[in-house]
Amino acid sequence: MSALASAEQATAALALRDLEIAYRVRGRDRAVVRGIGIEIGKRQSYGLVGESGCGKSTVALAIVGYLPRNGRVTGGSIEVGGRNVLALRGEALRRYRRDDVSMVYQNPGSAMNPSLRIGRQLAEVFRLRGASRTEARERSAAALREVHIADPDSVLRRYPHQLSGGMQQRVVIAMALATNPGLLILDEPTTGLDATVEAEVLELIGELQQRHSTSVLFISHNLGVIRKMCERVGVLYAGELVEEGPTEAILNDPRHPYTIGLLRCIPRGGLRKDRGRLDTIPGFLPPIGADLPGCVYVHRCALAEQICHDEKPPDYDVGREHSSRCHFHARAQELPRATADAPVVTAIERGGEPLLQLDDLTKTFRQEGHDIKALGGVSAVLWPGETLGLVGESGSGKTTLARTLLGIVESTAGSVKVDGRLLPARLRDRTASDVAALQIVFQNPDSALNRRHTVRRMLKRTLAKLADVNGKAADERAQDLVDAVRLPERALSARPMGLSGGQKQRVAIARAFAGEPRLVVCDEPTSALDVSVQAAILNLLVDLQGTNRTSYVFISHDLGVVRYLSDRIAVLYLGRLMELGPAESVFDPPHHPYTEALLSAVPTIEGEQRTRIALQGEIPSAANPPSGCVFHTRCPRFLGEICVTQEPPLQEVEPEHAMRCHIPVDELRRLQAAEPA
Amino acid sequence: MPQLPVVVEGAPPLSPALDSPHRIRRETLRQIVRSPTFIVGAIVTLFWIVCAVGGTHVAPYDPINGSFAPSYAHPAWAHPFGMDRVGRDVFSRVLVGSRSVLEVAPAATLLGVGLGSFIGLVMGFFGGWVDNVIGRIVDAVLAVPFIVLAILVLTALSAGAEGISVSSLKLILVIGIAFTPIVARTVRSAVLAERDLDYVQAARLRGEHAPYIMLAEILPNVMGPIIVEATVRLGYAVFAVATLAFVGYGPQPPSPDWGLQIADQYADVTLAWWAVVFPAIAIASLVVAINLIADTVQQVLDQ
Amino acid sequence: MRYVAQRIALGLISLLLLSMMVYAAAQVLPGNPGRIVLGREAPPSAVAQYNHKLGFDRPLPVRYATWLGHAVRGDFGANYTDGRPVTDDLVPALKRSLFLALFAFVLCIPISILAGVIAALRRGKPADRAITITGLSLAVIPEFVLGAILVTILGPAALNVFPGIAGTLVDASFWTKLDSLFLPALALALVLFGYIARMARAGTMEALDADFTRTAMLKGLRRRDVLARHVLRNGLLPTIAVISTQVGYLFGGIVAIEKLFGYPGIGFLTLTSAQIKNFPMLLACVLVLGIVYFVATLTGDLLIAALNPRVRLARQD
Repeated sequence: MSALASAEQATAALALRDLEIAYRVRGRDRAVVRGIGIEIGKRQSYGLVGESGCGKSTVALAIVGYLPRNGRVTGGSIEVGGRNVLALRGEALRRYRRDDVSMVYQNPGSAMNPSLRIGRQLAEVFRLRGASRTEARERSAAALREVHIADPDSVLRRYPHQLSGGMQQRVVIAMALATNPGLLILDEPTTGLDATVEAEVLELIGELQQRHSTSVLFISHNLGVIRKMCERVGVLYAGELVEEGPTEAILNDPRHPYTIGLLRCIPRGGLRKDRGRLDTIPGFLPPIGADLPGCVYVHRCALAEQICHDEKPPDYDVGREHSSRCHFHARAQELPRATADAPVVTAIERGGEPLLQLDDLTKTFRQEGHDIKALGGVSAVLWPGETLGLVGESGSGKTTLARTLLGIVESTAGSVKVDGRLLPARLRDRTASDVAALQIVFQNPDSALNRRHTVRRMLKRTLAKLADVNGKAADERAQDLVDAVRLPERALSARPMGLSGGQKQRVAIARAFAGEPRLVVCDEPTSALDVSVQAAILNLLVDLQGTNRTSYVFISHDLGVVRYLSDRIAVLYLGRLMELGPAESVFDPPHHPYTEALLSAVPTIEGEQRTRIALQGEIPSAANPPSGCVFHTRCPRFLGEICVTQEPPLQEVEPEHAMRCHIPVDELRRLQAAEPA
Repeated sequence: MPQLPVVVEGAPPLSPALDSPHRIRRETLRQIVRSPTFIVGAIVTLFWIVCAVGGTHVAPYDPINGSFAPSYAHPAWAHPFGMDRVGRDVFSRVLVGSRSVLEVAPAATLLGVGLGSFIGLVMGFFGGWVDNVIGRIVDAVLAVPFIVLAILVLTALSAGAEGISVSSLKLILVIGIAFTPIVARTVRSAVLAERDLDYVQAARLRGEHAPYIMLAEILPNVMGPIIVEATVRLGYAVFAVATLAFVGYGPQPPSPDWGLQIADQYADVTLAWWAVVFPAIAIASLVVAINLIADTVQQVLDQ
Repeated sequence: MRYVAQRIALGLISLLLLSMMVYAAAQVLPGNPGRIVLGREAPPSAVAQYNHKLGFDRPLPVRYATWLGHAVRGDFGANYTDGRPVTDDLVPALKRSLFLALFAFVLCIPISILAGVIAALRRGKPADRAITITGLSLAVIPEFVLGAILVTILGPAALNVFPGIAGTLVDASFWTKLDSLFLPALALALVLFGYIARMARAGTMEALDADFTRTAMLKGLRRRDVLARHVLRNGLLPTIAVISTQVGYLFGGIVAIEKLFGYPGIGFLTLTSAQIKNFPMLLACVLVLGIVYFVATLTGDLLIAALNPRVRLARQD
């Protein structure tokens, strides 16, 4: 390598050395980041992975010098492009932020000033560098074109709230890359975006990174996204980098018990509940500022021995540019499972009366003079002990379906039958036993539990209303419920404030099961939880299904989780059922073009080399759905006139497998076996 | 009955943050009581309460009757606040004057907050046309300044009699009812925030009826804002009583009511500022003290 | 446009309701107007004749409709006492009060907003605490109390900077008017200071913590540009809403202040008409105050709509 080239290589885009950051809480400094070292070379992309509370966002904020009021760097150094960032003040700090580093984070809508037009906000970046007004305008338009926005002038005139989430994030990315920074920091940039939109944004980032030769620090909790975007990965736990190395190595040859545990929590490679059980990570994250003289992971590690408590492990070399902070890295992969791999198989009898029968369920909302068809004629059947997974992006109607089923929302047409009995459309009109038969676990455990009630009170009230159990019998049943969801007895006297997210969700599940329901709707029950907690909750749901033969309607945007848990899957788009069939049939070809596109959009840890199918445009508005087949405006396998004029019926193309598409199934099979469109 | 599944993994320990509800309440109270603003406010308020309760026993001189001389004596050791036009000791009058205010204000606050909370709960929970109709009425009442409304109603109520007749009871009713729309509006917005949370849906899915959901589920969660509003309203009740007394809608002479004193003695303020200033400071001190308490409570409950 | 029409319609409904309630209070509760006007001594026949002449023996809805019909044309009836049209005294009094109110606003608003913003920028520091507590305390002290204290300090008794009475001053020069109105306006302004400063502080703090402020700072903008273009532009919106509702409190305080300083504005008029039980005047005053409030809040809402694009425009795809 020539001297010049190696000199260029030598100046890393980002170099963190022994970085320590603390927050001042109630008068004391509490350590959040405990000495991490990261180096990102030019044009490299580095992924920082960890669960909530590990300190990843704090690291990002420290790099741009924008820690909150009570946070400060207590040790180590941050160098960007060779310059010491911690020493920068005033004008120098401003110039650094303007020229050398940019940050894109979650919630693009709130990242922009709601009172200024896009054009003005974008132009700001260029005017800062001395451009004139006209020049800034031109360069703004060019920047928007670069992020694949077709009509830049129209977008420049709009306000942020007038754009969709995907567009907003594109504008933010344009703003970030406008100044050609050497380092781009992305903090969960696609969390909250629809799968197909997320895929486009991620690819855009990759493309821009290449073009601008920017180094990227990508922060995420989603390993699939990290795999797609990053060459190197660092795993953060309790403020320490416990493992670091090339992405391939970390994901396929992990050498730290935490990484291994994390990977075992995630349903990989099409794992299903009847073939394997998810492993979990016992214990809790240490609170910030905790005194940890030894290994930070010691309290949760099954391999821990005395040395782990006493001596902090150094960075052991375990492979090419691969290091692990574990004394026992050599036998890390022999880490015993916390949860035995004993899959629960629930026998499902598909004969006789189905538990749930939906016939042409429809819901039309009226909003500001428009009719919005949130749900268009959905029919499905569910047997006892079976799980129906609902898949779809925003506007698909999955939440409306759940609520209509439960009676919270009154259906406009169609019917719901439980055990052959027709249920009134309104919750008010249903009998107590009807109400007890259909229950729900909500997404957000904070909002699902009354902050002022104790767990005992919640459970006893539910038992009284739904199961007609009172007094001493209710006390015993409440105890049983708490045991069933694996919470200690102490939990009964607790209020939600004293429980963790996973514990709160367990309470919610206990409450849902109090009335011995026949069907439980799970509306994104683990989306608000960390991966390690999610695995435990999913296992719990599978267990409860096994012992009680309860059916689930399981809603999730995480396709891996849906595949793990579901026996059958329904794919919804704009309120219409696009595909319905056994999980395996839906996930493998032949399947509906929308399903195909959706599956190709979701980044997985395995990272199949599928070419992604790009869907044009945005999800249409429900107030103005496309004619004929609602998917025709974006369908990569668009046939022709017929798709525009005629809505395809939902027809059974294979046993138990129905699809709504004009393309004959054999044709689809042929097309999808070959190259994607 | 849910069967006990075989326990395959250890039960996760409850997080160290687990606190019993009693501990949390005690911790909150401790935070309130330790705050300097609270201490100042509480001391001053307690002082006036003692004066009001003690009444004439606390005052060194007779606050009601006076000799005509020495009229408008300057403040001196014997009479630290001087004497008024009719030869009464201002200090005594100021001390005893707290009574007329503290007779009315707490009761009016209770009435207003009670009624207002109920209406706010109903408005916020039911929404729809109930909310709209009551909302229009609330907006209408709020369009008129509080004092003017009180004057109007009190005048109307004493239309038959000669002059203005205002009893403590009438004041309590009028002020209390005039407070209701303001409190209702605050409670309504608190209820709206709660209504969309999932636990309300969960209650519906248990077959709970509206009264239960309003009172047992939502009300405990809006108690915080209600308490804050109550303490703030108390300050305004004092404000209202004093102002109404000043414009003539309060106790009549020779009552040592503060507002009345100011109205009475203001004409001669250039001669004897003490007869006006000390009652004025008394009003200000009580009102500010109550508000300091209210502010502390709000800060602590906001966390 | 639709928004404007909606707001006006809602406001008019409220005004109508208000007029009904106030009419009931002013015309129904008192019971017998004839008795009130002619006094206790008058013979019943005279009272009955008076009542009949002025139409008080007709059913309530009819009376209300008649009154309303006149009122929307600007005719609020005649005084019980001397029979002169109510508007003769009402209009000049209103003008005088509006002048005082405007003066108070001009004194108050710039300083309050500045104080609130400074408090937010120096959050937690002594300056913040001082401004907050001062604002809080001032906001709850009755205006007349403040007025009395101010007069004592600045008026003829002590420093004698300003006069203690604000007389009629019909032909007085502009500056003389300002001079004699300074103390009353100041008393009002100080009370308003509390609310407005607090809202400005809260709004600014929220804007400072917002994501878009972070984005602006990370672009490398100068702090003062971030403040002007991003923080204040968004943070002061709620303050505008508060200012327009403060008009209500302002006119409440004006009653006591006008009595204290002897200024014949609408507050004073309300009080005197109440004391002599001149109900048509009282009714008209209350209604006019309601209209003033309605106009103020409407203006405030329109201003916010003009400044806040989210209210004006819907999402386009």
